[in-house]
Amino acid sequence: MKVPVSWLSEHVDLPAGITVEELDTAFVRLGFEVEDVVRPPQTTGPLVVGRVLEIEELTGFKKPIRYCQVDVGNAEPQGVVCGARNFAVGDLVVVALPGAVLPGDFAIAARTTYDRVSEGMICSVRELGIGEDHAGILVIGSGEDGPAPGTPAAGLLGLDDVVFDLEVTPDRGYAMSLRGIARDLAGALGVEWRDPAALTPPAWSGQPGWQVAVADPDRCDRFSMLAMEGLDPAAASPWELRRRLGQCGVRSISLAVDVTNYVMLELGQPMHAFDRDTVTGPITVRRAAPGERLITLDGADRALDPDDLLISDESGPIGLAGVMGGASTEIGDGTTNLLLEAAHWEPAGISRGVRRHRLPSEAAKRFERGTDPEVTVIALARAAALLAEHGKATVVGAPVDLDVRGPRPVIALDAGLPSRIAGVAYPPSQVLEALQAIGATVDGDGDGLEVTPPSWRGDLTDPADLVEEVVRWVGYDDIPSVLPTAPPGRGLTDGQRRKRSIGRALADAGYVEAPTFPFIGTAQLDALGLDADDERRQVITVRNPLSEELPALRTTLLPGLLASLARNLARGQRDVALFEHGSVFPGGERRPAPLPGVEHRPDDETLAALLGAVPPQPWHVGVALAGHREPRGWWGPGRSVLWADAVQAARVVAEAAGVELTVRAAERAPWHPGRCAELLVGGRVVGYAGELHPRVCSALDLPARTAVMELDADAFPEHTVPVAPSISTFPPVLVDLALVVGGEVPAADVAEAVREGAGELLEALRLFDVYTGPPVPKGAKSLAYALTLRAADRTLTHEEANAARDAAVALAAERTGAVVRG
Amino acid sequence: MSGANDPYDPKQVAALSPEALDAAVTAATEAFASAADLEALAAVRPGHLGDRAPVLLARRELGALPPAARSDAGKRVNAARAAITDAYTARLAVLEAERDERVLAEERVDVTLPWDRAPRGARHPLTTLTDRIADVFVGMGYEVAEGPELEAEWLNFDALNIGPDHPSRSMMDTFFVAPEDSGLVLRTHTSPVQARTMLARKPPIYIVAPGRVYRTDELDATHLPVFHQVEGLAVDRGLTMAHLRGTLDHLARQLFGPDALTRWRPHYFPFTEPSGEFDVWFPEHRDGPQWVEWGGCGMVNPRVLRACGIDPDEYTGFAFGMGIERALQFRSAVSDMHDIAEGDVRFTTAFGVEQ
Repeated sequence: MKVPVSWLSEHVDLPAGITVEELDTAFVRLGFEVEDVVRPPQTTGPLVVGRVLEIEELTGFKKPIRYCQVDVGNAEPQGVVCGARNFAVGDLVVVALPGAVLPGDFAIAARTTYDRVSEGMICSVRELGIGEDHAGILVIGSGEDGPAPGTPAAGLLGLDDVVFDLEVTPDRGYAMSLRGIARDLAGALGVEWRDPAALTPPAWSGQPGWQVAVADPDRCDRFSMLAMEGLDPAAASPWELRRRLGQCGVRSISLAVDVTNYVMLELGQPMHAFDRDTVTGPITVRRAAPGERLITLDGADRALDPDDLLISDESGPIGLAGVMGGASTEIGDGTTNLLLEAAHWEPAGISRGVRRHRLPSEAAKRFERGTDPEVTVIALARAAALLAEHGKATVVGAPVDLDVRGPRPVIALDAGLPSRIAGVAYPPSQVLEALQAIGATVDGDGDGLEVTPPSWRGDLTDPADLVEEVVRWVGYDDIPSVLPTAPPGRGLTDGQRRKRSIGRALADAGYVEAPTFPFIGTAQLDALGLDADDERRQVITVRNPLSEELPALRTTLLPGLLASLARNLARGQRDVALFEHGSVFPGGERRPAPLPGVEHRPDDETLAALLGAVPPQPWHVGVALAGHREPRGWWGPGRSVLWADAVQAARVVAEAAGVELTVRAAERAPWHPGRCAELLVGGRVVGYAGELHPRVCSALDLPARTAVMELDADAFPEHTVPVAPSISTFPPVLVDLALVVGGEVPAADVAEAVREGAGELLEALRLFDVYTGPPVPKGAKSLAYALTLRAADRTLTHEEANAARDAAVALAAERTGAVVRG
Repeated sequence: MSGANDPYDPKQVAALSPEALDAAVTAATEAFASAADLEALAAVRPGHLGDRAPVLLARRELGALPPAARSDAGKRVNAARAAITDAYTARLAVLEAERDERVLAEERVDVTLPWDRAPRGARHPLTTLTDRIADVFVGMGYEVAEGPELEAEWLNFDALNIGPDHPSRSMMDTFFVAPEDSGLVLRTHTSPVQARTMLARKPPIYIVAPGRVYRTDELDATHLPVFHQVEGLAVDRGLTMAHLRGTLDHLARQLFGPDALTRWRPHYFPFTEPSGEFDVWFPEHRDGPQWVEWGGCGMVNPRVLRACGIDPDEYTGFAFGMGIERALQFRSAVSDMHDIAEGDVRFTTAFGVEQ
């Protein structure tokens, strides 16, 4: 809501000398966030009102030029050259005289142009910096009315004004008007104000000016209409009205439309003007019938919904109630007879209409927040007066006023409630004063108050709403700061600790966290080379995605990770290791989530259905890395990223989570089929790691040998309390063992056999070498293990150690065909 | 060699004579002193302390002396031997020190050489700041609650007093999920976690819920379509707005220094009444100390309590929420939201593993 201070000061006795900063603070304290303070553009030097006395048309130039004699209050008229043609002799214009400097450092001087001496410039609103219109110069009046030539124009143009752009929250519909802002501001400043709605409509007599019926009183509890005729179609809106509309961000269109907009800004009552001559027969306010259509003012031909509330006549729909008028009854250049409508609509219905037809408008913004049903006829009277004054229109008959409002709700308020909620001891008199200040009627004494909110505060329905008004009125700054004592907490859960540990462990291992937006599209999944029936292609889609290319929620972290990797590489990084952890959103069959009421807690069955309809969103952990894993340096050449780094990242995650991870060879997109490890925890596949498929690398423009890992951390078993090992202090026996196995035998299988074969004496097992080449037979490999053997209760003899070693060899031989390397 | 019991004058036994012993000591001392290095010292050692050294040979003569004389001569021999040993030990120490000094000097290295063989990793500052905020609340006895990002529409809106036709429902810029009747949205705030908690538990409730939320804003320097919030909720007997302010002030001090404070402005949220927005006084702001808009707060609307099965006549509650990106932005002087969202390692590593 844009509020010019000059307009506000017409209704509020602003303290003398109040600064913009003080007003800003007052608005903020009231809950109106100041989004912007628009100060007028800088203009210096003589800028005055001038009256055009003579126009000499100059010809022979590329375009028609006028040389005008303009009375600027001096003894002699001023000669001014002007290229615009939208003015006539007698018009009042704004003249920048030599010495004036307009916005943009535009200095005006007397100069010779088109063979004439031009002593100044007749200005357009764009040259004055107060609008965009450059089609012609600004005409502020004509005839004998208006300011005298020579009058300084700054005040007239609003160049000494300041406009506050206030954010009005959705509950405060009343504040979408000068009237509402003025009331609150006067209260905050403790000054007098005058309600612009405090006018008594004239005593119109006769039959109502039109026949109207309201068929849906639930959605329209007051409908008022006034017929007028004899509007001068040539009458323009007075400059002051146009200026104010402009300051408030509303475009000037015609006198009739401008007046309705002006009254809306002033009183908060949106209005609509119909061309009476195009309305056929009685008007009915009703719901749309199936199949009905309406061409609205914006030219759109709209299919109507049975929930749409219409203004209709005998021809059918002529307006979408409270949202937008129809094209067939629109005010035009020749309109002389009018029907002015001012109604009170049920807000939720307006909201639905706005959303259904995507038609947010200034009127709908007010109606859906709630307007004051008390002012419909007052608004008609105000508009009628302005149309009579500026357009010579006269009222026909009496107004229509179909008022079926019920009694206003009364809220029972415990006078002590504001104090109990705010933690501030408000005396009862202060509570009463605050409620009365916002316009409420308060009955009862002692603690039990009966509060009737004012007609413009449809948002006040509960005691809590009244509490807010009391606290706001007294001031939020009065609330003290007291730290409550929570009962002893449990700290973080095991799951929360685990997430933190995983992140820290990966960071410690050299991975940089890169959270990404979880939106993906088919192209990302195609790039990964996923089969048509891959479960990661079963996605959940967003109905209104930001990008049509990324309409789905991720089912895997890899697209985001690989995009981050590519971005870092593109920005000149060479060695990048990234990790991400977060939810993924697997698709699949789902039931719709129910939408129960909110009057009380949903029953257990409904609640279970509700919670059950929300799909599981498992927590995945992924890494992607490329370049060097260890950089080259003065110590040596460094080491490139390897498939094994990705597998090791999974081990780091498992260790941080306190679970045991095993791996085995697998094939799965997008991994290299020979360099893909399946990750298992407790016998369950939790993810995959290894080298990216070369085709995927080239599709995504990533370096060859890029390695990735992704696992589902939610598939990990719950954390268990670790059991301490018994630490033997007897000396160990260290045994090295080289086993030759077939090249295809997984090292993990050999290690498993050795571990199991060596039995409980085996304290540690480490693979320290893998060798192929002579003398190891072709197609075989030698795996060299270091075994640490130790007994809990004695020094091992060599015989015992050898027995353990031999048992290990025997089991390895049996399971994997291993033979001891000679 | 003399017989064991012969009458015998030790002074007459040449080897045990004080002169002979003194001479051995002198010879040894000189020999040791003239040894230039440890090898030379080792070479001369046997001549003075070895089995055939004069002092050792003299010692063998002691047995030949009568008991009366033996004690006296023995003392002389031992003293001589100790003197030679001392001379050796002292020289050895000197030479070892010289050697050590030389060797260690040769082993000198350039300790300024880098050893960044292990790549550097980092957690994202959003993660670490979220943890820090959660820890402040855990320290006050709060529990950390979580909820899904893809959420039931009822929990994201209806349960929070945002009815189907409520204007703020369209202002929330919601991502809706297909199909149209799915009843699911990408949560627009972390507030559904409040509803989930209140539906699942009885008061007293003190929770904090950090998490990722979604709005249909295009990414630019100041807007993110996907961002993080942290939401707090307390429901107990007798909670007031003063308690809310105390809690927010405490958090502000933990994050922004002991001089940080909050300031409230009346605002509107359907799920709280009264409601406010709060600013924080941030003395360390890079543009000088100033108020910075931070988040929203209020007393839980009794309608929300009722929808969640809590009696508003018995309990009151407060709730608050703030953007973590926003806090990171001014706490760490981040000038462009793109940097937070794009995963550039230069941005993230600047914050380290923990911040």
